[in-house]
Amino acid sequence: MTTAITVTGLRKSFGRTRALDGLDLTVRTGEVHGFLGPNGAGKSTTLRVLLGLLRADSGSARVLDLDPWRDAVRAHRRIGYVPGDVALWRDLSGGEVIDLYGRLRGGLDTRRRADLIERFALDPTRRGHTYSKGNRQKVALVAAFASDVDLLLLDEPTSGLDPLMEEVFRHCVREERDRGRTVLLSSHLLSEVEELCDRVSIVRAGRTVESGTLTELRHLTRTSVTAELAGPPQGLDLLPGIHDLDVRGDRVRFQVDAAGLGAALRALTATGVRSLTSTPPTLEELFLRHYRQDGTDTGTGTGTGDDRTAAAR
Amino acid sequence: MTAPAVPAAPRAIRVPRQLVGTGTLLRFALRRDRLFLPAWVAVPALIVLATPGALDGLYGTASARASLFHQVAANPSFRALIGPLHGTSTGALTAWRVGVYAAALAAAAGLLVVVRHTRDEEESGRQELISSGAVGRRAALTSALLTALVADAALALLVTAGLAARGVAGALALGLGLGATGLVFGSAAAVVAQLTESARAARGLTAALLGAAFALRAAGDATTPDGSSAATWLSPLGWLENLRPYARERWWVLGLFAAAVAVQTAAAYALAGRRDLGASFLPTRPGPAAGRLGTAGALAGRLHRGSLLGWSAAFLAAGIVYGSLTDSVAGIVQDSAGARAIFRRTGGPAAPADAFLASMTGMLAMLAALFAVASVLRAHTEETSGRAEPLLAAPLGRLRWAAGHLTVAFAGSALLMVVAGLGLTAGYGARPAALLGACLVRLPAVWAVGGLAVLLYGWAPRYARVAWAVALAALLTGWVGPALDAPRAVLDLSPFTHLPPLPGAPVQWPPVLALTALAALLTGAGLVGLRRRDLTG
Repeated sequence: MTTAITVTGLRKSFGRTRALDGLDLTVRTGEVHGFLGPNGAGKSTTLRVLLGLLRADSGSARVLDLDPWRDAVRAHRRIGYVPGDVALWRDLSGGEVIDLYGRLRGGLDTRRRADLIERFALDPTRRGHTYSKGNRQKVALVAAFASDVDLLLLDEPTSGLDPLMEEVFRHCVREERDRGRTVLLSSHLLSEVEELCDRVSIVRAGRTVESGTLTELRHLTRTSVTAELAGPPQGLDLLPGIHDLDVRGDRVRFQVDAAGLGAALRALTATGVRSLTSTPPTLEELFLRHYRQDGTDTGTGTGTGDDRTAAAR
Repeated sequence: MTAPAVPAAPRAIRVPRQLVGTGTLLRFALRRDRLFLPAWVAVPALIVLATPGALDGLYGTASARASLFHQVAANPSFRALIGPLHGTSTGALTAWRVGVYAAALAAAAGLLVVVRHTRDEEESGRQELISSGAVGRRAALTSALLTALVADAALALLVTAGLAARGVAGALALGLGLGATGLVFGSAAAVVAQLTESARAARGLTAALLGAAFALRAAGDATTPDGSSAATWLSPLGWLENLRPYARERWWVLGLFAAAVAVQTAAAYALAGRRDLGASFLPTRPGPAAGRLGTAGALAGRLHRGSLLGWSAAFLAAGIVYGSLTDSVAGIVQDSAGARAIFRRTGGPAAPADAFLASMTGMLAMLAALFAVASVLRAHTEETSGRAEPLLAAPLGRLRWAAGHLTVAFAGSALLMVVAGLGLTAGYGARPAALLGACLVRLPAVWAVGGLAVLLYGWAPRYARVAWAVALAALLTGWVGPALDAPRAVLDLSPFTHLPPLPGAPVQWPPVLALTALAALLTGAGLVGLRRRDLTG
């Protein structure tokens, strides 16, 4: 088996709201897969379908080579899950909850449990209702990382964690990968995804819009170029694949598609280059480009400022 | 404090700085409670206002009322349950018959309202956002108390106006007494809300307070025939009877209510001024670092433990009280043709003692149905709060998860009826087998109501709470229906009507078996729905 999760054409509606609209997702065994998308894109719905908590309207989903709806219990023996919003029982202590989840999955590694509690600086004796959001999240993380599973489904697991704890979390994910486990990480933190994930899928409005390794995704997108030239630039605006061209005297800034980069550089050197910085697209730019389509689809699509507001919403 | 250099904008009324925003918060609280408060006011008011008419039918003549008066005066257990009777007018009978219970309802409303608008708000974090606005430090507590005051004033007004035809002074005393009782407990809740960190603990403490007040009054009234014992005076629930509505009112007792409210309110403000937002005086104790819970069943047992214990204690106590009252009630019933008729309708054409026991076991079974519904719907709460999701993401099937809660609902309600049977036996002092049987024969109806809750939860979780309405409707039909001489067709809608009214009636197996089968069918169908549907929340 080389894929841990295979999803094709998944559809799911809640009343008139279409949560998933033909979503595809492939997670290879042993990889850390980033699952990106704006709020309401269908990330949590996908995870719930993968856990057999929701039944898809159409499309197919296989998890660890099992049907997530019919073989839910068998699949769950090998899955660890951290929900986006962890709810605890008010009178049960964090330690009791960790052990409950562990026993339900067939036992915890007690040494790893103790180690994780220490690393996450979690007080396991406090009652559920006294934990802050970050601490509730830690309870679920310790339970998931301490159990012996093949696949971890993490739904925005670091929301509410401070930067130190986020670092601990990243460590844990790397350890899981080194132990050969598969991780599906739904996240908003692009730096986190960029640092941890082997491959990324970007979803929007219930559909996968981009999927691949970060290098592949970068290849598909634009490089930002800022240059100071010996004179006013010539003919740049006529080249294909140049976007957002901004010329101020001898200074020039633009974005260029991977295919047009060579021609653009030739045009610059023809004028004479004093200084040049070229940055590969960050994941954030990639991400925002897909998000922004919301704005450009409905609006006039000219002002980048408007697009940015649309994406930030 | 020095005067501000720049004079504040002229205003008709200068609101103290600590109270800024109280009016806004009060309006907001009344808007949030626009269903809850009217219901809590209407129920005790209706109980009081419906009573004189019913009493006219039962004790229409002066001699019947006089004979009741002498029986109550001579019967300590009756006085413990309802309180002493101070006069022989219908008004006095009304104040006696429902006074303590209406007062307890008003008290419960006061407790709930104040905790809901103080500790609940702090615990949920909503208060933090409100307090960050231009809101005085004491505005929240003040608006919570004013909300209770509005409700209690409405209750006092309704009762006074509704009973005025039976005598204005008595109506005013009863109305003011009921409202004041609500306010005494509301201000007590304001103190308790400062002590605990969780609203649930605050509600538990206030419930204990109410229970203790009832027990003190019961003990006091059992020992003296006129409510003059120290125990009665120590309990705020005993003050209403000492106000003596319709029996030469003692208006000065209202001063006692006022003093208690003043002292408790002052204490609440003092405590609130000494603590931080969200902090408490009774800290939450830490729990174990490692747990022993390992199955869904164990978790359900743990979650329902407190509720099952509380209900069992209440059923045991109720059984003992009803059992020990049986013979005295049978004596009173014997003398009143109207009461005999009512008990015949609820308890069957048996001897008065049997009829009383049968109607009490029926009552308890209807209450056990509330427990069954609450326990089934706990699964629903677990689901909507998101706590079920990670459990069901573990290798735990939905049926096994639900089984934990359903076992508590069905086996727990059976346990409650057994405990009630033991209590009745202990109180009555005889016939254990007949009394246990009488309790157990009602179970199929309890289970059928529970099964309906499972069916709704399984197929239409959004409407699962309709099960509450069904259980309450069954309770109302069984409780009030016979007294109002409701038509047979209406009474037949309740599953409880179809079961044989043991003891003293012949056992009929067909309805017992049919209702058991119906309960199983409803539960099974509900579970099929639960397996097929999407998880909500």
